[in-house]
Amino acid sequence: MFPVVEAGHLMALAVLGAALLIVDLRLWNLGLRQRSVAEVARNAQPLLLGSLVVMTITGYMLFAAQALRYYYNAAFWYKVVFLFFALVFTFTVRRSVVMADEARVGPFWGRVVAVVSMALWSGVGIGGKAIGLY
Amino acid sequence: MSLLGFCQWLEDTSLSSAIRESAWGFPIIETVHVLGLCLFGMAILVDLRLLDVALKRVPVSEVTNGLSPWVTAGIVAMMASGVLTFLNAPVDYYNNTLFRIKVVMLLLIGANAWFFRSGVRRRAAVTLSLILWTGVVVAGRLIAYRLFDSP
Repeated sequence: MFPVVEAGHLMALAVLGAALLIVDLRLWNLGLRQRSVAEVARNAQPLLLGSLVVMTITGYMLFAAQALRYYYNAAFWYKVVFLFFALVFTFTVRRSVVMADEARVGPFWGRVVAVVSMALWSGVGIGGKAIGLY
Repeated sequence: MSLLGFCQWLEDTSLSSAIRESAWGFPIIETVHVLGLCLFGMAILVDLRLLDVALKRVPVSEVTNGLSPWVTAGIVAMMASGVLTFLNAPVDYYNNTLFRIKVVMLLLIGANAWFFRSGVRRRAAVTLSLILWTGVVVAGRLIAYRLFDSP
């Protein structure tokens, strides 16, 4: 059971990562360039929310299976901290920048937001991978 | 040379032993392979778009054209880090049932992509593609658990 939940967690990671990346790449004028940033973000929104729900459910199941082991795992706590900041950033700063009028925010801040977003979520992913190394 | 003989030869190469002996080599390769899933996820988005499940308000051609370099980058990153993962212990992987299942599914994905280009039964080909990719991820995760293998 545990390995299958892990596989589900990874499958949802692929969708979550891609849903974040198409918007972050668009902020660098890459990928779906014929659509505005806001349009790409609106289209990615259901994928983002759907994959986050699956990530949360499967992630909680993995945690609950061996809660004490994770409690004493340093990488797990790095992951939790990165996850907290990644979620807060994504649903406050990033959300308002990608949904805003591009002329008002300007391309520079859009690019900064994309880099911060990719850095924070990479921190979550690296932390998650590192859990297994302890 | 048999396939097993080839794997034994690979295991004796200097690259293979360098990966095994390095403290950080294998963890870094594995991390790239896992984070690479995010780029590889682009291929899933393209499949979902072709099935009218996701990105519905972006025209199909824009999704396939706009994301195709990123899908390619994802496949290259996954193949490169996957080959390096394999080189860590070629004989072990050769003997691992789930690794064999994963390789067969990857070959089927290649054949299916070729079939998709022929233009017939495209929805069936895309659905099969999604099923096979899911199978590859599940089998990939299960490799480490050595299911179905004699000790």
